[in-house]
Amino acid sequence: MRIRAQVAGDKATVRVLMSHEMETGLRKDAAGKTIPAWFIQEVAATHNGKPVMSAQWGPSVSKNPFLQFSVKGAKAGDKIAVTWKDNKGESRTDEAVVS
Amino acid sequence: LPQTALAAWTQAAFDAKTMAEAMKALGAGAPVSSGDVTITGPDIAENGAVVPVGVSTSLPGVKRLAVLVEKNPSALAAVFDVSDAVDANFNTRVKMGQSSNVMAVAIMGDGRVLFAQKEIKVTLGGCGG
Amino acid sequence: ALGRWESADAATAEAALYDVPAFGNVSLLHMTDCHAQLQPIRFREPSVNLGVGAMRGQLPHLVGQHLLKQLNLAPGTALAHAFTFTDFERASRRYGQVGGFAHLSTLVKRMKASRPGALLLDGGDTWQGSATSLWTQAQDMVDACKLLGVDVMTGHWEFTYGMERVKEIVDKDFAGHVDFVAQNVKTNDFGDPVFKPYVVREINGVPVAIIGQAFPYTPIANPRYMVADWAFGIQDENMQSMVDEARGKGAQLVVVLSHNGMDVDLKMASRVRGIDAIFGGHTHDGVPVAVPVKNPGGTTLVTNAGSNGKFLGVMDFQVKDGKLVDYRYRLLPVFSQMLRADPAMDALIRKIRAPYEAKLSEQLAVTDGLLYRRGNFNGSWDQLVCDALMQTLDAEMAFSPGFRWGTSLLPGDPITRELMMDQLAITYPMATLTPMKGEFIKTVLEDVADNLFNPDPYYQQGGDMVRVGGLTYAIEPSAGAGRRISDLRLHGRPIEADKTYRVAGWAPVAEEARTLPGVKPVWDHVETWLRAQGGRVTSRKPNLPRLIGVQGNPGMAV
Ligand SMILES: [Mn+2]
Ligand SMILES: [Mn+2]
Repeated sequence: MRIRAQVAGDKATVRVLMSHEMETGLRKDAAGKTIPAWFIQEVAATHNGKPVMSAQWGPSVSKNPFLQFSVKGAKAGDKIAVTWKDNKGESRTDEAVVS
Repeated sequence: LPQTALAAWTQAAFDAKTMAEAMKALGAGAPVSSGDVTITGPDIAENGAVVPVGVSTSLPGVKRLAVLVEKNPSALAAVFDVSDAVDANFNTRVKMGQSSNVMAVAIMGDGRVLFAQKEIKVTLGGCGG
Repeated sequence: ALGRWESADAATAEAALYDVPAFGNVSLLHMTDCHAQLQPIRFREPSVNLGVGAMRGQLPHLVGQHLLKQLNLAPGTALAHAFTFTDFERASRRYGQVGGFAHLSTLVKRMKASRPGALLLDGGDTWQGSATSLWTQAQDMVDACKLLGVDVMTGHWEFTYGMERVKEIVDKDFAGHVDFVAQNVKTNDFGDPVFKPYVVREINGVPVAIIGQAFPYTPIANPRYMVADWAFGIQDENMQSMVDEARGKGAQLVVVLSHNGMDVDLKMASRVRGIDAIFGGHTHDGVPVAVPVKNPGGTTLVTNAGSNGKFLGVMDFQVKDGKLVDYRYRLLPVFSQMLRADPAMDALIRKIRAPYEAKLSEQLAVTDGLLYRRGNFNGSWDQLVCDALMQTLDAEMAFSPGFRWGTSLLPGDPITRELMMDQLAITYPMATLTPMKGEFIKTVLEDVADNLFNPDPYYQQGGDMVRVGGLTYAIEPSAGAGRRISDLRLHGRPIEADKTYRVAGWAPVAEEARTLPGVKPVWDHVETWLRAQGGRVTSRKPNLPRLIGVQGNPGMAV
């Protein structure tokens, strides 16, 4: 994941780019076989370890998903971590320092 | 990270064909159009596979914000849980197979369900002056 | 009144037509959409430029006698010829060619001499539209614009040279000479600005902010793969913050150099506060007046300066006590025979052309009829291209994009390779033969029609209706999306939804089309066809759709 967390006034703007196919389960491959669904279903973020947001996603979210949100009271040096979990049970967590 | 931070995924909501069905599956009521909810997005998508959309509201007491694409095979794209620690303002990017209304829905703590919509056009491209 | 100067020598005519008294304390000169025309050319204004909904009958949707009436211009004069298609052939022979950078340069110098501190703004579509611009990867235009003294520019077709080439020119060639501004171009990852959003220049003690607005729909109208890492869009909100930021920094005058197209500019002017004037392009509307638009912050003036090097906009502002209080605007036609060629620019153009001169001047045929492109539905040049593609590709029908650039030829004019390339010189030139279901053909026409006739200009892309060869249809511009096109026929027989037709086309926006086996650039086909005509190309009658519900619309000549 690429995470950018930047102070903007009394909060931090967090922007996240995840690397994921986000396959809908509706597409067919060249041989006409349905490509199985494979997409991020759950996303969550913490600020210095404290949960601040969570989300549920469906396959309509674009490939290599983008997410932006603002964390109130976050200051330079604080840590923002983002976790995703997909429908195959795979998950990933990355962390960034607020600048 | 504690896995408890992740919300439980609601299959029925992501199978729903309409905004009303999706709200029902999320345990919410019938959505009412509101000027206090904002949906942002381009008028014409630069790439139907990657359409930037934003959902927000300035109303206090919002519990969840959702993004829906009316004409997608399943209408619901994303649901964000709003906590006191974040703004009720999220941006993401969604897929759109064709021109459609895109909706932002705010599920309020007092049970109200408010929405706003805008048309985003998906075109074949070409031409120009 | 200008007519009597037609036979005067260039110097006398120049003195009369271009003796524009200076006014105020801040002057901005504006050129746009020259489409790389370094040489004098002919350019016929449209006879069909329909406005629908609230735009019906409003500038810029007035043509011919309707425009003359609105502007109080006498028919038969040089100005009437510059702004309308009326009696084009006779008037063009009488008043001669227009544009050419050497002549434009003389006019720019003249205006700058009487307006100390004046800046020259270039609205874009400058690097594309000619053989030499394509063959030099825009280097000819970059060098010519630096010599012309362009101060600030924004872009559209510039981007079709790809991100790397644009950055190379902006960062190297333009460094210290030209500021390339675009508030609405951001990176696709985290939305970082790609170019400076605006510049502030002090003119006679007045800080002036010039905000750039690149063509918002570049990745849609042109191949997205050429700008893969960049996002565009109209971005009203960001425009508002740029205006506020510039005002906050002390700008007393805020203008936008825009490539939105005039209808989009008019809407933007009604929504964004604090812009004094928008200098617009893209839709190629030669609008002789500045249109005032009311918004919650006051009034914004909107102009559009035509195309092909045919016009120079001259805006004089009076700024007093930190505010715009008055203005004068003129859109001056560049009549090549009434303006001496600037020797330095003339020498540069000769140098640019020298290596290509033989290739450029090679005659392919002579045209019997008038050849032009501009108009909502078709032009004789596009008809020629459609005819050529149908025959060389053995297609039942042909589509040609509704481009608004392309020069005009008079009956009897030779068609040289250069003049042919004026219609075709793009970086994604492949011509394709595609099997298309009848249903999809209708979808294509509906899609383009909505981009042209959507009643909300933010849903329009500029450009004109796709030109069709072979196929006939009816169109009701004021109908809703998906309901404008009907009565599709091929050789009089209705198009069948499930039947597959062989359709020729060019300028594909899909990357794969570049590498299809046997695929050739459109100019190969057109050149082959021109040479096969035995020296003369007979008059082309444009295949026009049957129009429904446009009777009395002043955007159409009767
Ligand atoms: Mn143009
Ligand atoms: Mn343009």
